[in-house]
Amino acid sequence: MRNPFRTEAEAFSFVLVCVVLFALVAVAGIFGGGWVALGVFLVLGVGLALYVKSEPKTPEPAVWERGRADGRRRLLVVANETVAGRALREEVVRRAQGETDVLVVCPALNSQLRHWASDEDRAREIAQARLDESLAALADAGVDARGEVGDADPVQAIDDALRTFGADEIVISTHPPGRSNWLEKGVIARSRERYGCPLAHVVVDLEAERGGAAAANDAASGRSSV
Amino acid sequence: MAVAHAHEHDHPPVANQSSRVDSRLLGMYFFIASEVMLFGSFFTAYFFARVVVGGEGGWPPEGFELPVYLALLNTVILVTSSFTMHWALQAVKRGNRSGLVAGLTLTFLLGLTFLLIQAREYTRLGFAPYENAFGSTFYGLTGLHGAHVFVGLNLLLYALIRSVRGHFGPEPEKHLGVELPGIYWHFVDVMWIIVYVTVYVI
Repeated sequence: MRNPFRTEAEAFSFVLVCVVLFALVAVAGIFGGGWVALGVFLVLGVGLALYVKSEPKTPEPAVWERGRADGRRRLLVVANETVAGRALREEVVRRAQGETDVLVVCPALNSQLRHWASDEDRAREIAQARLDESLAALADAGVDARGEVGDADPVQAIDDALRTFGADEIVISTHPPGRSNWLEKGVIARSRERYGCPLAHVVVDLEAERGGAAAANDAASGRSSV
Repeated sequence: MAVAHAHEHDHPPVANQSSRVDSRLLGMYFFIASEVMLFGSFFTAYFFARVVVGGEGGWPPEGFELPVYLALLNTVILVTSSFTMHWALQAVKRGNRSGLVAGLTLTFLLGLTFLLIQAREYTRLGFAPYENAFGSTFYGLTGLHGAHVFVGLNLLLYALIRSVRGHFGPEPEKHLGVELPGIYWHFVDVMWIIVYVTVYVI
């Protein structure tokens, strides 16, 4: 939804739009009478409501400084529920070879109701717990990564991260298609369009990983699965 | 364990803030949303009275006439004040302090002129709010808007005094005190355009 009063400049533009639209109503009132003007007024009112309801254009990509004098690469990893997945961990380890700084951002998923009516403390706690688990696993695999909890909107979380971390590459991890809310919302496509750096999409099937891990445990303990 | 538990709760939770929206701007959004609802209720009353009461006898009722062209002049004045407000903000963004002061002064004077013309209009209308539904809704809507202009003038005066004292700068966080009254002023302007067209034209 577009907010016509987000800034003074946008509010001023909205004033100008209203002046033009309601001038049309006034002209209709003068030449066509009250009922014609009322009809034009209603049509324009619906038009204005649709304009406000429509999605704003994607903002300009965030500007960030890419690369550093010391030549180290920067890898930005964005994941939430899949942040501790094995497939993602392996992908990060593979890409983080050599001199690479890794930042893992875990968006704090929150319901819309909670977002507007309450706080996101609980969502951030859960995200932080997943992040800690992921960072510990990466450390075990020899990757020295740091992490932070981000905005509930993954694209906004990437924007926020890029302001202080000029990534050379972005890795976004999601559930498989059909189970991923982010894929449903087109996060990958929007991010590819929005950011100029290479972007990799890693699909993590947590159910398959858990099933595989359970089978491996069964095999190790000499039990057979039914 | 008990000590650790007590330690966890010996301070309020750390505030989380995204760059998505500044909390002060968010406060202004909520304020404007509540204002939209307030005006909405007055418009509802106006249209209710117009359809139910004025359905057969016409609207405005016979013997009542509104100064459409004087209100049009007021509309032009208020729309012009939006231009000067925008100019003031553009000036402060470019570090032009005199432009900021001039813009705010002009906006304030135009707003004051609007209010004085409206007061003058009230004294010459020839009907009172208590006479009938038309009078009540007319004075209710235009009076509500006038009260908002008065509040806006106070905000502008405050911003003007601060600008003369050099409190504002080109950085976004240093001219929020102009940006917020500006948003409010444009909102009041939009509301007047709707009030004018609704009450005076159609």
